[in-house]
Amino acid sequence: MRTFRYLNCICLSVLFILGVAPDSIAQVDTFEFDNDVQQQRFRTLSDELRCPMCQNTNLSGSTGGVAEDLRREIHRMILGGMSDRDIERFMFERYGDFIFYRPRLTAQTLLLWFGPLCFLLVGGFFARGIFKRAKEVDDIESELDESQKARLNELIGGK
Amino acid sequence: MDRLKYFLPSFVFVALAILLWRGLYLDTRTLPSMLIDKPLPEFTLANVVGEPVSNSDLPDEIFLLNVWGSYCLPCLIEHPTFMRLSEEGEIPVVGINYKDRNKLAKDWLETNGNPFSFSIEDLDGRFGIDLGVYGAPETYLVDADGVIRYRHVSVLDETVWNKEFLPAIAELKAESN
Repeated sequence: MRTFRYLNCICLSVLFILGVAPDSIAQVDTFEFDNDVQQQRFRTLSDELRCPMCQNTNLSGSTGGVAEDLRREIHRMILGGMSDRDIERFMFERYGDFIFYRPRLTAQTLLLWFGPLCFLLVGGFFARGIFKRAKEVDDIESELDESQKARLNELIGGK
Repeated sequence: MDRLKYFLPSFVFVALAILLWRGLYLDTRTLPSMLIDKPLPEFTLANVVGEPVSNSDLPDEIFLLNVWGSYCLPCLIEHPTFMRLSEEGEIPVVGINYKDRNKLAKDWLETNGNPFSFSIEDLDGRFGIDLGVYGAPETYLVDADGVIRYRHVSVLDETVWNKEFLPAIAELKAESN
């Protein structure tokens, strides 16, 4: 039973890594648009905005009541001629940064945006130090003459 | 001193571990309200009994605004607290009947009792969106000027009332004196 669960986990992980498993199944709404551009904008917005209730789904993938209402609002605003930026502002004024899957760049989100880069740089710095030292050790070894090398090998049990 | 640097990775590890461990217990379900210290959004709607209501009908003292629905089980859990508050005249409570059906809402109030001065009927949830509501129950603390000062998401029982609302109200009262 347990093995089976592990196996399941592994299979699912692999699927997710490959991006095969659908991360959201779009809810079917019967919204009418004047043209394809509007429809495309609707799709992009409801994919990129997060459902405040279900929290780990975007608006397009959520069956939550509030997600339904927000999709309806987006539809209304698109038909009303509001730009994507206006719609995003509308959402932000009510639900805050939480609503964005792609957080805005502010003082508070600075670490979120550049933290990984900092970690990479610090890691790179240390890695460089380690490699440098390893090379120094190698250089020391090559300073030995043949007989010393033989003796060294004998001591560490090599051939 | 030089020795200390060998412990540096351990220190970094422990610091990161503590940080991430704490992160596991952060409350991510409760969103902060964007409307704190902002005036209550404008509304012109009907109440549950069909009379028109707007911002001018709101109490001109500190009051609670409770988002409820007949479908909402936690609302039933917090209901006795609101009943007590309104019966003892501690604070006026205005309801927002959020995305409910009129008949069901009326029945609910009849069966369980009505602690609300009136209940704004938000059938399609539009007013809820303006408030940043994401599900009943939610309770807002509004001051005498109609400015939102505090929001509590989920059940407001006596414990929450004593721990969160009483201090917040005391602060508001101290402010206006």
